[in-house]
Amino acid sequence: MSAAKETLAAEEEAPGAQNARDAQGGTPPPLASHSPTARPRIELQDAVEFIWLEADLLDRQDYSEWLALWTATGHYVIPIDRDSEDYAAQLNIVFDDHAMRAARVQRLKSGLSMCASPSARTVRTASRFRRLGDAHGTTVIRCAQHLVEYKYDRTRILAADVTYHLTRAHGAGGALALENKIVRLVNSDDALFGIGYLL
Amino acid sequence: MYEDRVLDDRVHTSLYVDPSIFDAEMDTIFHNTWVWVAHASEIPLPGNFKMSHVGLEPVIVTRSADGSVHVLLNRCRHRAGSVCEEPRGKTSVFVCRYHGWSYDLTGKLRGVPHAVGYAADFNKQDYPLVSLRVEEYAGLIFATFRQDLQPLDEYLGRAKPWIDLFMKQGAGFGLQVAGAHKFRFRGNWKIQLENTTDAYHFPIVHRSFLTSLDEETEDLFDVLGQGGWVEDLGNGHSVMVMIPDLIDLETNLDAAIPERFQALADELTKDHPPEAVRRIVRAVGGTGFNINLFPNIACSMAFFRVLRPVAVDETEITHMALTMNGGPEAANRARLRLHEHFQGPMGFGTPDDAEGWERVQRGAAAGENLWILLNRGKDNDVSAETGMRSAYRMWKKMMAQNPATVTP
Repeated sequence: MSAAKETLAAEEEAPGAQNARDAQGGTPPPLASHSPTARPRIELQDAVEFIWLEADLLDRQDYSEWLALWTATGHYVIPIDRDSEDYAAQLNIVFDDHAMRAARVQRLKSGLSMCASPSARTVRTASRFRRLGDAHGTTVIRCAQHLVEYKYDRTRILAADVTYHLTRAHGAGGALALENKIVRLVNSDDALFGIGYLL
Repeated sequence: MYEDRVLDDRVHTSLYVDPSIFDAEMDTIFHNTWVWVAHASEIPLPGNFKMSHVGLEPVIVTRSADGSVHVLLNRCRHRAGSVCEEPRGKTSVFVCRYHGWSYDLTGKLRGVPHAVGYAADFNKQDYPLVSLRVEEYAGLIFATFRQDLQPLDEYLGRAKPWIDLFMKQGAGFGLQVAGAHKFRFRGNWKIQLENTTDAYHFPIVHRSFLTSLDEETEDLFDVLGQGGWVEDLGNGHSVMVMIPDLIDLETNLDAAIPERFQALADELTKDHPPEAVRRIVRAVGGTGFNINLFPNIACSMAFFRVLRPVAVDETEITHMALTMNGGPEAANRARLRLHEHFQGPMGFGTPDDAEGWERVQRGAAAGENLWILLNRGKDNDVSAETGMRSAYRMWKKMMAQNPATVTP
């Protein structure tokens, strides 16, 4: 845990370098390759493939595989207020740390929850990907997500802007991992409905 | 009308499914009683407003310059345009964007563009926003279309001491609304009204919530096993006590701090004396009872539950989180996390409730001559359907009266 924190802190020391790399269209500056702590840049295409993988896992409800995509420190957030970023200080639809994520998955898969047994079927697409830059040792990607759910005789749509903070799970060269995922529903502060699956 | 649809121990299925009964309810009940519209903390300062509803009718709740609260129909007196489309905010004026008529916070018509086009006898005083009668108890703001209705104080009656007990979870700071979850379900509003005093469903519907808790907290939420009860408080109101130990949060302050709040207690100890820490920690999880106030608001353990009928088979529910006004940040965050755990569209409890209520509406499509049974609980134990019988007794009493047509 402390080693991971040190790594993040070391990387934060060179934000200028990160920005410079963005400005140069992805050419890694010498500083990054000489730094023992810096991680290789996460390219947009790698991020997109990761996000599509995640979407597929969620639609198939392979929730234990989904849990394994996360870092232990990451937060899964669905805020009510689309404009605020101080999630801990406000009421959210979802504000899950590692333990709550695991409990949520256990609940949905338990067979004891009426809304999730069966849950609605879902089909989601993610598109309009943008690489927003690097911060705190993560690469920030924003995309659009359209989700269609079907249960009983009803089909409904949930649309959202989704922000991903991606990192490498086990240092340089490791698999991509989710540090944070923030799902901003277009109608987050209006009346929603019981949702028995993951967004 | 419809009195024969409610018996002492059962109500007829048509109460869930008949659109003409729904229309009659909106006139006869929601136009003729005290309807909850806001909590005082939502409009703390002069100029603050929020949008709300009385039955099907959109209203604006405002606090004017002198601090008084006004409830105004959100409809321009000219050609009916809405004058407010912001859920909440601060202003000195509401303007109809269609032709520019403007109103102050009390509803008075202030400005009419191009007024020369009106005849000489046109008088702005004749066209204020329609204003409802407003009264407040313990921060709960109610409105009614009826000028001749009994005072709110009298209407709440025996519910008042329970409301006072509920507010003790402010731990001396007072309570404030700190965000809300809002969701709709396809079902009649009375299905939710019943649910607030339904302990019987809790261990069944919420088993997946219970298994997500630590052992001590799971025991706390063994709502059927602690000797609780349900009490008819008159006028359709009732209280369901699930955790008798958490009725009065200002007593039993020497009790051991629950394990789930130990970290919070340790943090509070840095800035607060031991007595204050105990008082805050005892209050932080909320009370052990639900108060159901007919027809649309409940003070439910740690939050406000507001119901809004939309159609005979559609209802909107708001679960308002409450925190201590000016209280310690750590305690207030703990309250937000507890609220998120159970409530909301993706909480560990609410989606299962919503699914259960929708299944009631779907089931009620069958057997149009069948009845809904409310005969459970001969000794008023906590799983008794006493609160539901109380609400339906009030429903029957109100529906039996001739709908008083109110022309504001």
